[in-house]
Amino acid sequence: MLLEAISKGSYTFDPTMILQMAGIAKSFPGVRALDGVSFSVRRGEVHALVGENGAGKSTLMKILSGAYQADQGVITFDGKAVAFPTPSQMIGLGIAVIYQEFAQAPHLTVAENIFLHRLPRTRFGLVDWKKAAAEAKRYMDRLGFSVDPLARIDRLSVAQRQMVEIARALSRNARLIVLDEPSAVLGDNELQKLFSTIRSLQKEGVSFIYISHRLKEVFDISQTVTVLRDGKVMNSTATREMTTDDLIRSMVGRSIGDYFPPRNPKFGNDVLKISGINRGKVLKDISLTLRGGEIVGICGLAGAGRSELLRAIIGADAIDSGRIELRGKALTIDTPRKAIALRIGFAPEDRKTDGLFLSQSVSFNITISRLRDVLSGFWLNLSHERKTAQDFAAKLRVKTPDVDARVGNLSGGNQQKCVIAKQLNAKCDVLLVDEPTRGVDVGAKREIYELLVDLTERSGLAILMVSSDLPEVIGMCDRILVMCEGRITAEIAKADATEEEIMKHATVH
Amino acid sequence: MSDISTIEPRSNMQKLSASIFKASGLLWVFLGLCVVAALLSPAFLNPANLMNVFRQVALYGIVSVGMTFVILTKGIDLSVGSILGVCAVSTALLLSGGWSPWLAVIIALLIGTGLGAINGIGVAIGRVPPFIMTLGMMVMARGLALTLANGQPIGLKDAAANFAWLGRGAMLGIPVPVWIFAVVAGIAIFVLRYTPFGRQIYAVGSNEEAAHLSGISVNLINFSVYVISGFLAALTALIFVSRLTVGEPTAGTGIELEAIAITVIGGTSLFGGEGGIFGTIIGAAILAVLANIMNLVGISPFTQQIVKGAIIVGAVLYEMQRKRK
Repeated sequence: MLLEAISKGSYTFDPTMILQMAGIAKSFPGVRALDGVSFSVRRGEVHALVGENGAGKSTLMKILSGAYQADQGVITFDGKAVAFPTPSQMIGLGIAVIYQEFAQAPHLTVAENIFLHRLPRTRFGLVDWKKAAAEAKRYMDRLGFSVDPLARIDRLSVAQRQMVEIARALSRNARLIVLDEPSAVLGDNELQKLFSTIRSLQKEGVSFIYISHRLKEVFDISQTVTVLRDGKVMNSTATREMTTDDLIRSMVGRSIGDYFPPRNPKFGNDVLKISGINRGKVLKDISLTLRGGEIVGICGLAGAGRSELLRAIIGADAIDSGRIELRGKALTIDTPRKAIALRIGFAPEDRKTDGLFLSQSVSFNITISRLRDVLSGFWLNLSHERKTAQDFAAKLRVKTPDVDARVGNLSGGNQQKCVIAKQLNAKCDVLLVDEPTRGVDVGAKREIYELLVDLTERSGLAILMVSSDLPEVIGMCDRILVMCEGRITAEIAKADATEEEIMKHATVH
Repeated sequence: MSDISTIEPRSNMQKLSASIFKASGLLWVFLGLCVVAALLSPAFLNPANLMNVFRQVALYGIVSVGMTFVILTKGIDLSVGSILGVCAVSTALLLSGGWSPWLAVIIALLIGTGLGAINGIGVAIGRVPPFIMTLGMMVMARGLALTLANGQPIGLKDAAANFAWLGRGAMLGIPVPVWIFAVVAGIAIFVLRYTPFGRQIYAVGSNEEAAHLSGISVNLINFSVYVISGFLAALTALIFVSRLTVGEPTAGTGIELEAIAITVIGGTSLFGGEGGIFGTIIGAAILAVLANIMNLVGISPFTQQIVKGAIIVGAVLYEMQRKRK
């Protein structure tokens, strides 16, 4: 295959490259996921791979890791052709893929996770725990994270767990590490630490493929960037020669101009007013007011209590004290069921585990929040249900073959729209959204922004939005509340909002 | 938006036939099995034999409908056999003590429902894993049945004649238990498909946290399915007692495994949220025909167990392979 590719000119050997993938094609029933993709990573560089969801990034990485076999194309690693890659072969060659959901055993220790399957042995063939711990510590120290090698994984922070994954890769002599959306689970500080680790490993000759939806990170960390769109390479150049607009244009195939939709808010009366909410150590004396038609953002670092606040408001977590007023009436909301009955909707951060019924249809997911609207007498009126779901799908521009398709088969952005549709179906007039665009591609992000703005302006919906994406919060919100260690530390008007101002209040002084 | 134009209305009949079609792979297996049975033994098509098969389908089928509800919520009910035993003994005690059959029936159904409710409370409120809760109930209820009966089968004495219709009677030439099964299965199909309750069962089974956040009373749903399962175990107990004219404290031993096998073979996912009653009906038919063939050609009951066990594993294996695609 390699010879054929060389003779056809689709492959030329380049010794400065650690990895060369040439003419990679892969089809699934009905979808051409990759169409002649050529992708090369230079020794010691950080190579960013961007593209909308469904552009083919994960398929390409799965081929690289040996999880999928390409239909066509050649892969060479360190100058040697890889004929039929299998996962164990790729690991053996020194390719490590670190997924968003870490492949870790949560009840085992750091050392055990790093050396899973390859624990050092004593001369009697027993596990040499002393050596395992010492080695594990050495790897973690090298990454600049001093973690007790005997600590259980589930006691660590997400950032530390990510470092354990990298340590495991290093312990297997990885020379190319793929980071799949590493920032999705990290706060800003933690991300900076990750970046400095990446830079120091780069100096040792380790190469990285960095996949992210956050373009700012691409510019911060990468030397080269490759844009995939619809299974083809659109662009592969030095990062410093690119601008954000260039990147976005090649990702979506059009310049999206003003990224955030224009906003002409009309504020109504106070809808939701909470005062003095406390919950253990996570929420301390939280008060806020939300008016009809308003979008209020909540910022803060991971662990500041943002999601916990939303969960407390809808009664998913019990509060110790505090008062919630809805449309001027004091209430206790002790279950999500009650919150929905009071027309407070909640779109949780993790749509796969908390938001959706992945094995069920789009229409199932949308109508489940309020089945009584699709009843005829006591019975579900299935055609009415379909109609309702189709209306929402059309209104929210959910891209799906039809409303009977499994929600699990949709892309992230379309899944997110289904989560929002589910809340709208419950006729909410207060909507709490947690990271509404996490893991959503650029085009769908813009659609979600438009949708949220439209809902507030046309139907007077009040939105409380938690997001880690600061440009998003600044671009979307009329007011911004900053949280730090369970408290609201600042309220910033839209006009005064800058990333620096927000970060100043989000960090501990 | 051009993407939306692909959303075309599809009628409910089409959807319904699609769901039957999904089960129809199984239907072919079943029909194939019948052909094999007829070829292996001419006695298979004998009307008396077919009626026996039907009765068998009905008996296991009723319990399996309850099991399907439970498994759809990602639960499991190991106690149905023992609950059946308690109800069988109670019915026999009441009847032989001269109680009216109607009253005996009602009390037995209440007992089964009540034991199911205890399972439900343990699972829903107590958060005891279903496997453990119903395993405990399986042991306890069997103990209760043996205690009530003092370890002996209880004959119905004179009451047997009044109570024979349920298990031995026929309407329009079809055994009464088959009618009962048809009604139970019909209601179950309807409930799962056309009621908010049914919808919520699927929701809880697919994603409990999402169901909770969507305003569904997860506890109530989890509780209800065990109640339904207990009730249907009691109903089966009545047919058992009527048919055998005796209440055995060991009645129903092992039927829980049979019901789990039927449900799984019928395509209901052990991981919850997927499957339904159509599959369960065919699953019951497949197992009954299989048992019947093996009896007709003289395979020993011991060997039959080996075959059944292998089929259960095979059915789950098939499901996992299908999922991976």
